[in-house]
Amino acid sequence: MKLSKIFILVLTLTLSASVLAQRSPVQEPMVFQSQQQEERFNQLARELRCLVCQNQNLADSDAQLAHDLRAEVHEMLVAGKSDDEIKTFMVDRYGDFVLYRPPVQENTYLLWLAPLVLLLGGAFILRVIIKKRAALLVTVPNDEPGN
Amino acid sequence: MISRILPLLGFILLVVLLFVGLNIADRKTNLPSPLIDKPVPAFDLPVLASPGQKMSRESLLGKPYLVNFWGSWCITCRAEHPVVTELAKLNAVYIVGMNFRDETEDAVAWLKKWGNPYDVSLTDFDGRVSIDFGVYAAPETFLVDPSGTIVFKHLGELTWEVVENEILPRVANMESGS
Repeated sequence: MKLSKIFILVLTLTLSASVLAQRSPVQEPMVFQSQQQEERFNQLARELRCLVCQNQNLADSDAQLAHDLRAEVHEMLVAGKSDDEIKTFMVDRYGDFVLYRPPVQENTYLLWLAPLVLLLGGAFILRVIIKKRAALLVTVPNDEPGN
Repeated sequence: MISRILPLLGFILLVVLLFVGLNIADRKTNLPSPLIDKPVPAFDLPVLASPGQKMSRESLLGKPYLVNFWGSWCITCRAEHPVVTELAKLNAVYIVGMNFRDETEDAVAWLKKWGNPYDVSLTDFDGRVSIDFGVYAAPETFLVDPSGTIVFKHLGELTWEVVENEILPRVANMESGS
C-alpha cells in the first residue's frame, strides 16, 4: 500500500521532471503595435490548434510548442503578415488539422453539409409523422357518432 | 411495422459509428504530414559540440538520409534508441540526429551514456527548424531522398517494423534509381 504510493509519487516526479527539463525560452510579455494587432493575435491564437494537447487551442495551451508557436504568430504579425499568410504558414507545416475551423474543400464537404442534410431529413420525417397523425385526428371524430 | 424497426436501425447505426469513431481516434496521433513529397525545409545548423561547424540542407543533397528529431528530455527517444542504433549498424542510410530544444551538455551526456547512432548531430536549440518540419512531438523521423524531398515521416517511437517495412525498402528503391 505505502510502497505503491511511493512508487506513484516517484513516477509522477520523474515524468514531470522530464517535461520541465525541456529548454524553455525566457517568457517576455508580448508587445503589440496597436490594439487592433493584439485582437488579431488573440483571434488567431484561438483558431489555431495546439498539436501537443490536441483539444486545446494555442491561446489555452501551456505546452512548450504552444509558447513557441504563439511567439511565431506574434513575430509574423509584427512583420506585417496577414491572417491568411499566418494560417498558411501553419497549414504548410502541420496540415489542416492545425485549424480549429476546417476549410471548406473536397474532403470536408461531408463535414460541412451533413448538418444541413440531417436538418432537412429531420424536417421531412417530422412532416410525414405530422401528416399521418393529422389524418388519424380527422377519422376519429367521424367514427364516434357511429359508436 | 417500419416505425418499429426504424429506431432500432438508427440505434444500430449509432453503435457502428461509435466503433468506427473509436478506431479512428487512435489515428489522430499519426496525422499525415503535409511535408511528404515536399522539399526539406531549409536549415543551416551548428553541429553538436563542434563550435563553428555548421551543416546545411544543401550539403546533404545527393544521398538519402534520415532526420531524427530527439532531445535528452524525451523519454520515447530513449525507447527508440536501440532501434536507431541497430539501423545505424546496417550502414544503409545516413542518419542526421536533430537535437532540439535541448542543452549542449545534456545532449552530449545522453549520447555518451546510451551511445551515439548518428552520423552527424545538429542542434536546433530554439526549435525553429523543428517548427519548419512541423514537428509537434518527439521523436519524429523523416526520410529524405537524394533530391532533397521528404518521402516518409514517422511520428513517435521508431520501431524495427517501421524500419523494415517503410524505411529500408524506400532507401533501396532510391539506390536502384527508381
